Amino acid sequence: MFTELQEANFLVPTSYYVILSAVLFTIGVAGVLIRRNAILIFMSIELMLNAANLAFVAFARAFQDLSGQVFVFFVMTVAASEVAVGLALIVAIFRSRKSIDIDELHSMEG
Amino acid sequence: MDSLFALIPLIIVFPFSGVVIGVFFGRRLMPHKDSIGPGLVASILAGASFVIAVLMFIALQGHPEGVEVPLATWMNITAGDRVLDIPWTFKIDTLSSVMMLVVAGVGTLIHIYAIGYMQGDIDEQIAKRGFEGDEAFDFKRRRYSKFFTFFNLFLGSMLVLVTANNYLMMFVGWELVGLCSYLLIGFWFDDPVKGVYNSESGKKAFIVNRIGDFGMLIAIMLIFWTFGTVQFDDVFARAECMQAESQEACLTVSAGEAVHEEAEGEHGEAARPYLTPVALGKIGTVTLGVVVTIITLCLLLGATGKSAQIPLFVWLPDAMAGPTPVSALIHAATMVTAGIYMITRSNVLYAMAPISGTAVAIVGAATALVAGTIAVAQFDIKRVLAYSTISQLGFMIAAVGLGGYVAGIFHLATHAFFKALLFLSAGSVIHGMEHGHHHAAHHGHGGDDPDFDPQDMRYMGGLKDKMPITTWVYIIGSLALAGIPPLAGFWSKDEILLDASLNNQLVYVLLSISAFFTAFYMGRQVFMVFFGRARTEAADHAVESKPMMTTPLIILAALSVLGGLLNLPGLHSLAHWLEHSVAHAHTAEFNISIAAISTLLGLIAIGLSWLLYGRKPVEAGQADPLRSTGPVFTFLNRKWYWDELYDTVFIKPYVWLGEFLAVTIDWKFWHDFVHDRIIGDAFRGWGAILSQPIDQGVVDGAVNGIAQLVDGSSQELRKTQTGYVRNYALAVALGVVLVLGFLAFRFLM
Repeated sequence: MFTELQEANFLVPTSYYVILSAVLFTIGVAGVLIRRNAILIFMSIELMLNAANLAFVAFARAFQDLSGQVFVFFVMTVAASEVAVGLALIVAIFRSRKSIDIDELHSMEG
Repeated sequence: MDSLFALIPLIIVFPFSGVVIGVFFGRRLMPHKDSIGPGLVASILAGASFVIAVLMFIALQGHPEGVEVPLATWMNITAGDRVLDIPWTFKIDTLSSVMMLVVAGVGTLIHIYAIGYMQGDIDEQIAKRGFEGDEAFDFKRRRYSKFFTFFNLFLGSMLVLVTANNYLMMFVGWELVGLCSYLLIGFWFDDPVKGVYNSESGKKAFIVNRIGDFGMLIAIMLIFWTFGTVQFDDVFARAECMQAESQEACLTVSAGEAVHEEAEGEHGEAARPYLTPVALGKIGTVTLGVVVTIITLCLLLGATGKSAQIPLFVWLPDAMAGPTPVSALIHAATMVTAGIYMITRSNVLYAMAPISGTAVAIVGAATALVAGTIAVAQFDIKRVLAYSTISQLGFMIAAVGLGGYVAGIFHLATHAFFKALLFLSAGSVIHGMEHGHHHAAHHGHGGDDPDFDPQDMRYMGGLKDKMPITTWVYIIGSLALAGIPPLAGFWSKDEILLDASLNNQLVYVLLSISAFFTAFYMGRQVFMVFFGRARTEAADHAVESKPMMTTPLIILAALSVLGGLLNLPGLHSLAHWLEHSVAHAHTAEFNISIAAISTLLGLIAIGLSWLLYGRKPVEAGQADPLRSTGPVFTFLNRKWYWDELYDTVFIKPYVWLGEFLAVTIDWKFWHDFVHDRIIGDAFRGWGAILSQPIDQGVVDGAVNGIAQLVDGSSQELRKTQTGYVRNYALAVALGVVLVLGFLAFRFLM
């Protein structure tokens, strides 16, 4: 079974996953930098996290090492809790500001 | 040892406990304004001291060689095998016993007299100041108890002086009586009219005595330096030993064990090792005789201060500013005789230094003559007595200088009786005059001089009918002082004259002339004060004093009559008594021609004074008959210009020097120049440099510059904190790109 899996692995080269991961990450970064809607920025961050997850998984398969996959679980767990906290913050901001436009939230300037 | 001797410390405990009582309870002892509590307590304690003195006298009958009773160790310094040992030990011998009896006995009588006198004296002060009610009562209470506190302090100090067994302890008493003298002369320092004079007089007495004390201190140091000890017996034993042998051989010699009878224990070691003094040979050719001469001359300087001799006698007349009992006790009977006592005590040393003995005799005789002539031309009743005291002290000093220690001490004792009597009677007269003055003022008689002075004999006259007791005792005292037989003064003065005629003709002549003047001024005084007609309303209304005051006068008068019994020719009881403690005492046998000459001189002088003052009494406003002598009288009245001489020779240059030192040296040079210009300006200049360019420029510049740098850069840097999340994110992203770029670059290279 292990061998089959190995064969199946080589159907798609690891570099493809890594490139996809990089593309996804770059989209995420671009989303964070250019979007003004907090929800969308939040989604872009999720995108970056998942890009990283993809890279982990891809390398785990390539190196036949399960620790990469285990780490992904941790990332997903942290991401889930981050979503909970982040959405709660956004809701709280919306309640006080009636807006979730990031550019309006610059009261912390020096 | 006789157990009575153990009581000796009580003789000073009594008066000093009186001081403690006076300080803490004095005012409470006086519940109302006429109570005499403080005076009574002080007198009882003085009397108790006299009882102890009598007990010592009785105890000495069985031990005429005397004993020493140790009380405490004052100084005991050990350096290696050498010891400086100065104990507080009482020396009870026949000489100190005579002094104790005179001091405590006459002292007690004067205490009793002062009980009455000070009541009146303080009332007089209250009247002068216009105090009333509680203020007057409080003033009286304070001053009355203060007076007796000082009086008891004096008595205790004087007894410390005469019972000391060493020079240093004697010096302690010497200084303490000087302090009491100062305190009591200036007792009315706040008198509204004469307060300044009174306090100046106290200061004068104290300062003049300092000069004498300087001599005393030098003498004591020299004694220690030469003999290695200051205890009388040891000093004299070593002095006599050194005359025969070398200094080293005598340094452990100590007085015979017979004297230290009781001292088997701690003080009894036969050979006490003493601090070894500098060997005499080390200062060149100085011999023992020269050192002893210097010591004795320094002691003489001390005696001239305390016993008011030329050149230091000038303080005693001014000391009359004190209340009259003070003049009687301190400045006539006891303190001023300390010098005679001290020289008598040091008779062994004077015997070794004949030059000093002659100097002492000359000083005494000259003083006797000078003071006697001054007394002739004085008008203040107490001032006449003051100069008389100086003159009589001169007699005593002359006597002890010639080696007539018995005669000196004899005259000391009889003089204490009759001079205390005269002063106290003078106090009684002053009291009566003040009373008469108030009486005259109250009854509107007027006519009295506004500068009325109750002590000025020109305002007196005719008091014999007003004050009979005072008159009689005064006449007795005067005759005793004038040396008319058989009163006390005749015997003692005669013995002095006898000694002088045998030893030194010059001194004999000087003293005989002085004796003539003595009789003359006393006659003048008696005729001016008690005879003739009253020259003022005050004298006309004078009244006799209370029995509290007259009783001591009568006792003293009796003593003045009978005092000669102490040492009658042929019996020489005092001489035999003193020979146990005065090694060089000698007596001369009664010489009828000497006695006749002195008596004749006295009678002529009294007759002369009767011719001038008694036959035709001086009337009010009339000039003194002696005025006809013109400049001579002025010269004597101005006291030979001694005060003016000292003023010109010492005081003015001293004041000038003081001003020069204060104004020129201290103020202008030290203060203005050295301190202000040199030190101050340099300090300020250096301070200005440090503060302006260095501190404010460099140090502050560095600190402020750093602060401004931080402030400016942070002003710029804060602009990067936009608050837009995107900017931060971009920065993070760019940072990542940068890091990755760097890593990639390195990897590729």
